[in-house]
Amino acid sequence: MYEENENILDQVTSSEYKYGFVSHFETDDAPKGLSEDTVRFISARKNEPAWMLEYRLKAYRHWLTMQEPTWPNVSYPAINYQDIIYYSAPKQKIKANSLDEIDPELRRTFEKLGISLQEQKRLSGVAVDAVIDSISVTTTFKDELGKQGIIFCSMSEAIQEHPELVRKHLGSVVPPTDNFFSALNAAVFSDGSFCYIPEGVRCPMELSTYFRINAANTGQFERTLIVAEPGSYVSYLEGCTAPMRDENQLHAAVVELIALERAEIKYSTVQNWYPGDKEGRGGIYNFVTKRGICAGDYAKISWTQVETGSSITWKYPSVILKGDYSNGEFYSVAVTNNFQQADTGTKMIHLGKNTRSRIVSKGISAGRSNNSYRGLVQVARHASKARNFSQCDSLLLGDKCGAHTFPYIEVKNNTAIVEHEATTSKIGEDQIFYCNQRGIDTETAVALIINGFAKEVMNQLPMEFAVEAQKLLAISLEGSVG
Amino acid sequence: MQKEAKEFFNTRFHEQPVNGSALAGFRQQGLDMFNKLGIPAVKHEEWKYTRVNALFNNDLTYNLDASGISKAELDSFRLPQTANATSLVLVNGVYSPELSDIKHSVKDLLVLPLETAAAGEYGAIVKKHLGHSAAYHPDGIHALNTAFTHGGIFILGKSNRVITEPVYIYHITDSRSGFAFAQPRILAYAEQQCELQLVEYYGTIGNEGSFTNEVIEIVAEAASVLDYYKIQHEGPHANHVGTTHVRQLGKCLTNAVTISLSGGLIRNNLNMIMESERGESHMYGLYLLNGKTHVDNHTIVDNVQPNCFSNELYKGIMDEKSTGVFNGKIFVRQDAQKTNAYQSNKNILLGDASSVNTKPQLEIFADDVKCSHGCTIGRLDEEALFYLRTRGISEKNAQSLMLHAFAVDILENIKPQALKVFVDHIISERLDFNF
Repeated sequence: MYEENENILDQVTSSEYKYGFVSHFETDDAPKGLSEDTVRFISARKNEPAWMLEYRLKAYRHWLTMQEPTWPNVSYPAINYQDIIYYSAPKQKIKANSLDEIDPELRRTFEKLGISLQEQKRLSGVAVDAVIDSISVTTTFKDELGKQGIIFCSMSEAIQEHPELVRKHLGSVVPPTDNFFSALNAAVFSDGSFCYIPEGVRCPMELSTYFRINAANTGQFERTLIVAEPGSYVSYLEGCTAPMRDENQLHAAVVELIALERAEIKYSTVQNWYPGDKEGRGGIYNFVTKRGICAGDYAKISWTQVETGSSITWKYPSVILKGDYSNGEFYSVAVTNNFQQADTGTKMIHLGKNTRSRIVSKGISAGRSNNSYRGLVQVARHASKARNFSQCDSLLLGDKCGAHTFPYIEVKNNTAIVEHEATTSKIGEDQIFYCNQRGIDTETAVALIINGFAKEVMNQLPMEFAVEAQKLLAISLEGSVG
Repeated sequence: MQKEAKEFFNTRFHEQPVNGSALAGFRQQGLDMFNKLGIPAVKHEEWKYTRVNALFNNDLTYNLDASGISKAELDSFRLPQTANATSLVLVNGVYSPELSDIKHSVKDLLVLPLETAAAGEYGAIVKKHLGHSAAYHPDGIHALNTAFTHGGIFILGKSNRVITEPVYIYHITDSRSGFAFAQPRILAYAEQQCELQLVEYYGTIGNEGSFTNEVIEIVAEAASVLDYYKIQHEGPHANHVGTTHVRQLGKCLTNAVTISLSGGLIRNNLNMIMESERGESHMYGLYLLNGKTHVDNHTIVDNVQPNCFSNELYKGIMDEKSTGVFNGKIFVRQDAQKTNAYQSNKNILLGDASSVNTKPQLEIFADDVKCSHGCTIGRLDEEALFYLRTRGISEKNAQSLMLHAFAVDILENIKPQALKVFVDHIISERLDFNF
């Protein structure tokens, strides 16, 4: 019985990456390496105004003074920042008016990815902004959204067309000086998405961005900025893939969310960057800074993430609860297999009165991987009646993996109520036995239990994504789980 | 500051009396480590919430003379109803045989100056176990104690003996002539099937303030039962950094209870190293704080071998401007399958300016384990308070009733009756509890 379980777990934990194809189209690259010239090259190539170049250069100069952080519970060989191509764009004119004008190779890529830019998307009501190797290729449904005053476009377009909005909000939540990778991103970011929901508008469809790193030796540095004016609502999805390569690639993105009074932003991520092969070669270094601010009263920000890819994940989507009665949520499933390392979690900073936050984190480790939850719940001196509940559970599949929890809880107000609980366990033999007894074979039972373990988080995902995420969970751990 | 403190201790190191040459090498290692690591600043992850470096800004008097305290002065610190118990007295961190009183028979218990033990019959044991805790505390504070290992004690519980009366260890610091600095070092060893109870209690004479930097290492052999109590009830100028390092070398039971009632800046490190299969350990802590007291409890449970059980419960009540810190680590090594490790930390914030920082931490490398941790921070349940008031109990009494009940959880784990009564008395007084 025990051995049989081990075998199944072995099978379960040894499957292949299914998004590992490379698309061949000509790209327009920046020379390898990073210097002020690279920053100027990127800015010039994107035809940016002077203030933007100034912003980038300031960030770059600050970055030079910073040290790469060593506190995360991950280990990797030192990154040579001069060996990376900081800008890589598919080399054709992208001013496409209809989908037919897009490079067929590119379209095939999207079809392989399963994201369709076709009309059929209308049925599922998802507007997509696809970013390949740093450059935003296309945005669908732009006109329809425009009728309601919603702006959903690539970051470079936003800089050209809505400079006042970008200038006001860019870097207001994650300043370039925040940390090593946010400074790097601010200096060299090449594109990303910008989203603006005007006052009182409820965005009629899910907005979505698809990121893909395609060219070798490139880093992807995208920048996302979402602004929700008072009383508005938006649900935003983000998905990522990359081809299989032997060397490691760097992905250092920054996401900023701003929710004003009574606004709500729901941000969901399905992250499936290439995790490296079974020996731990290659894979993406996913060093991402994500932060939202509930700037007005009664605002709400909700992060949901399903993390299955990347060889190293370093990511803490956070919420600053500044407005009174504001609400922050974080739901996460992180799966690590083979030699993957994940150090992920959240920060909830309670500043306003009567603020609430909720954290649900589920970690699944298999193979030789290490999975860490690292979180901070902070209640400031004047944040009276703050409420937090955190739960982080870990599931271990295999005896060579690790699961770690590092929750920091800092409370300075005596009316706060903060609870934290965490458990670590493996799939119980009694649980499997119970399923066997009901005629469910061990393999299905494992799948069932894992799905049940992650369900609380999966339920938070929008419908279309929940299906994809569940499939991903299955693929990451094996073909038949799910 | 760093540089001055370094110079100060390097000078003092060469002045210290080197009568036990058996420990000379050990001390030198400590000094080398101290020079390498320095005094931890706030950037040091383990000292993030406790600014220990500020203590070194004081003009330290480092007095290794144990003769300045009279028996009468000592008696004012004695715990009640312990006249017939063995008491070991350390003055400014140095063992004073004159003030100590060993009531136990030598068949049960052996007490030796650490230097003597290192040079004599028990040299091998001392060599093997002294300094094992250093690996768990790579910081200058621990190394500083090692560098100044002088006047320590070696306590040996003999095999197959059940020692019913606890051994009371009094740490007296004399701060009448300046800010006193003391560095006691103790090694306790429980042989097979020995039952041993240790109680540590602290007192300061004088108002100039004191800083005790203590390391106690306890080794428990197979089938032994070891209880350890640490009671802190000093004035607001008494500061303390203490490391209690417990090793389980055979299948045995170890209990540790840490009670912090008052003081200045207090840091308690408690390590349970489960080095044998089927070991069991319980760790309890209570911190009941007021004024500006700062108490930092750092615990480590290191599960090296399989099938061990550990349970940990720390509770805190913070009033006025006090600060509580809890950092509990549970490590489960790859071989330590079937580990059961539980940890819980509960806090009540009473004071408007009180705060608590807690970090329960799990690091697990084995899959077949059951580990959990939980922590809560909150205030008294208003419904419960209301219920009591509907029964005619005043709000003040209802509150003290509930707070006392909260603290009793920990109190119940103190086995020596006299000690329990003593602690309960202080707590009841503090909480205005008189039922």
